[in-house]
Amino acid sequence: MSQSTLPPTEQTQLSQLESLVADCLEEASRQGATGAEAGVSVESGLSVTARLGEVETVEHHRSRGLGLTVYIGRRKGSASTSDLSRAAMRETVAAACRIARHAAEDEYAGLPDPDLLATEFPDLDVYHPWEPEADTAIGIAIACEDAARNYHPDIANSEGASLNTFQGFRVMGNSLGFLHGYASSRHSLSVSVIGERDGEMQRDDWWTVARDAADLEVPEEVGRKAAERAIRRLGARTLSTRQCPVIYAADIAGSLLGHFVGAIRGGNLYRKSSFLLDHLGKPVFPEFVQIHEQPHLRKALGSVPYDAEGVRTAPHYLARNGVLESYVLSTYSARKLGLKSTGNAGGVHNLIIEPGELDLPGLLRRMDTGLLVTDLMGQGVNLVTGDYSRGAAGFWVENGFIQYPVEEITIAGNLRDMFKGILAVGNDVDLRGNTRTGSILIEKMTVAGN
Amino acid sequence: MNHDTLAIAHRTLLDPAGLAGGDLDRVMGQLLGAAVDAADVYLQATRYEAWMLEDGIVKEGSHSIEQGAGVRAVSGEKTGFAYSDEIALPTLLEAAKNARAIARQGAPGRQEIAGADRPPALYLPIDPLQSLSEEDKIALLKRLDEECRQIDPRVEQVCVSLSGSHEVVLVIGQDGAVHGDVRPLVRLNVSVIVEENGRREQGSSGGGGRTDYRYFLEEGRASSYAREAVRQALVNLEAEEAPAGTMTVVLGSGWPGILLHEAIGHGLEGDFNRKGTSAFSGRVGERVASPLCTVVDDGTLPGRRGSLTIDDEGTPTSCTTLIENGILKGYMQDKLNARLMGVAPTGNGRRESYQHLPMPRMTNTYMLAGPHDPEEIIRSVKKGLYAKNFGGGQVDITSGKFVFSASEAYLIEDGRITRPVKGATLIGNGPDVLTRVSMVGNDLELDTGVGTCGKDGQSVPVGVGQPTLKVDGLTVGGTRV
Repeated sequence: MSQSTLPPTEQTQLSQLESLVADCLEEASRQGATGAEAGVSVESGLSVTARLGEVETVEHHRSRGLGLTVYIGRRKGSASTSDLSRAAMRETVAAACRIARHAAEDEYAGLPDPDLLATEFPDLDVYHPWEPEADTAIGIAIACEDAARNYHPDIANSEGASLNTFQGFRVMGNSLGFLHGYASSRHSLSVSVIGERDGEMQRDDWWTVARDAADLEVPEEVGRKAAERAIRRLGARTLSTRQCPVIYAADIAGSLLGHFVGAIRGGNLYRKSSFLLDHLGKPVFPEFVQIHEQPHLRKALGSVPYDAEGVRTAPHYLARNGVLESYVLSTYSARKLGLKSTGNAGGVHNLIIEPGELDLPGLLRRMDTGLLVTDLMGQGVNLVTGDYSRGAAGFWVENGFIQYPVEEITIAGNLRDMFKGILAVGNDVDLRGNTRTGSILIEKMTVAGN
Repeated sequence: MNHDTLAIAHRTLLDPAGLAGGDLDRVMGQLLGAAVDAADVYLQATRYEAWMLEDGIVKEGSHSIEQGAGVRAVSGEKTGFAYSDEIALPTLLEAAKNARAIARQGAPGRQEIAGADRPPALYLPIDPLQSLSEEDKIALLKRLDEECRQIDPRVEQVCVSLSGSHEVVLVIGQDGAVHGDVRPLVRLNVSVIVEENGRREQGSSGGGGRTDYRYFLEEGRASSYAREAVRQALVNLEAEEAPAGTMTVVLGSGWPGILLHEAIGHGLEGDFNRKGTSAFSGRVGERVASPLCTVVDDGTLPGRRGSLTIDDEGTPTSCTTLIENGILKGYMQDKLNARLMGVAPTGNGRRESYQHLPMPRMTNTYMLAGPHDPEEIIRSVKKGLYAKNFGGGQVDITSGKFVFSASEAYLIEDGRITRPVKGATLIGNGPDVLTRVSMVGNDLELDTGVGTCGKDGQSVPVGVGQPTLKVDGLTVGGTRV
């Protein structure tokens, strides 16, 4: 059942991990589990940081882990270890079984419905190992930081540039006969620099991430963007307290979709900890808003063939024409709600809000006068009530054009109103993360300042 | 007791791998070279467990074992680092070779491994996981669930979680000194959802420290968390929209000390100041707070969540004065930054685990008590906000802007606390927020042991505290204009 396109050495390693998972499941059965699920991961990578033109850190990463959940009837226990030896595996099984024997009967607990387990494994093209020599990696980081430092005379200092590579294998199996593993990789380059003018310092950064190093933005481009972002913040003022329209820039707008997903996650629903309780089939956004999950996009950061329980993943709508069409459910939360798993144990996989017609300058013109937010701070989001209040920085906009940078302000509202108040989604989509969105214009929020 | 700690560390980390002092000597020899200024080997074994109750039943628990070794070589400002989840001589030698590659020239040096002077232990070398039977852990969770539901019929959901960890570390420095520590840590949390006329609100409370589970059974602590969680949730059922704008804010004692952690604590960590990236860089000796303010970072408080007998580089922790009567006194240091800045380490070198590099981190950060009666402080405010409890916070070190989010707050009108308002984020500027502190209460309180601080992707347990404080002008991020 392994990935067919792997080179022989990787194939061998994957087979060994599959045997370990199979052995672990067998051991669980021997120790009295009536059902079990196990996962093993092995990862390796290199991180280098350069600062002010010199290497600062070189870190070699190599980690492994085994995680196991057992069921004894309807009682559940979990355990994990970073030691993959046979003895440690047996101890881990024993720890999980001991916990299960003490846990209460829970009628909803158990392995996934067998008919929902993945049986097809599309090649998602997520494995592109890259193991540069430390010197090569350092050279890339320095080139990136140099581009940032040379961008403008006001770039006065640097927090450094980092290149990170990562590759690994993950195998999971359960006592229903599911056993599968695949390899994946992830590489990133980031830089953070400081602009200084008249005693004021402002920091900003930029980063690029990809499954395949060939898809990373070139180092000079990453550096230039970071510097441009730091410089444009200089001269920031605060605003007086007011209500106005707000644009969330594309690279932070994903946080709004994150709150949406949080509120329709099964765990928060069955605990009645969501402001979107009982909203299935009801409008949550304006009619033009389409939000869907695309778990099988080739090379994408969030792509997975199945979820954390082995349940198959498939493209599906969360909100169609503004109406909430699906919750985000694992096997357990689905059973608690009397529904079927949506293949979201462990989270969502490539969440996409469909872009509109306007680019960012177009959105600014549409807003006319208001706040463009480019940075958010703090955790002031209450998913039980939808109340939202976060620190922000960005730019004040008048007549469709940026006037000056602003900071030390908060933006507040209620997510229910903010979602309904989305006026437009930009086409300036940020493709880097697990959430893909353009900038988002919201009709009205409260801005607090001096 | 000290001897026990080192003996436990040897027994846990070295004996199973068949490692002896001579082997560590070889690893250190591999690490050290002429161009290497500092080096260390960090061995760690942690066992962690968590139990969780919801819907009235203890429906799951988890157990984890994390162990391994991190090996570091430092040359000037350059650090080479490698780690392995296997504690064995060949992997340690391999990691040492990788880490040492950062310093290219020079012949390997040799160092005798020896015992080190040890400060008095701030907690017992106990294993909290064994301190209660599984039956008693479960009984505790169930009792708290029942207590919450008995307090008020509007309690709809109760989640209780209990966790404990037993961490054994061994730090071998380039001076050959070997330091051991055994670090217990426990945490209990109660969170509830209350419902009335279709409106739902939450409340949560908890505590813990470097002790064992019996701590929660003493002095009615566990029950007090349950009462506090329900009380907060019920207050929030009545809460109105919070005001928006800059106003006088009175901060409660205890956990609201997260103000200090965000507004000034991070900005005073040595790494940012060595690099000149902090809004506080180069400001030692300057006034950064009103004369009423004295702030310390104290890792030496017995049994507290943020305390450590030795930090993760083997340096004994200390009580570092950050601000004295309003004047900036100093920074928190690990070994690397202390050496590069030409000062002594302060025992603030901490790391999340063997997989991470140490850096300067806070321990327990708090402001000393002042002269004012908390009631007098409230009475002095004509119109403002009383923020009694908080969730988390965040800071931009470079611009100095910080936020922290109130989870329980009230309006103050004509010197009296009146109506509760919804939670809101407060935002300010670190280098000047404390200059606007006009009254400091005589009621210093430390938090109950709930804090976790994140920096560069590494989480470590911390503590905060403060007396009641009055700040003349802080921006409150409510919705009511």
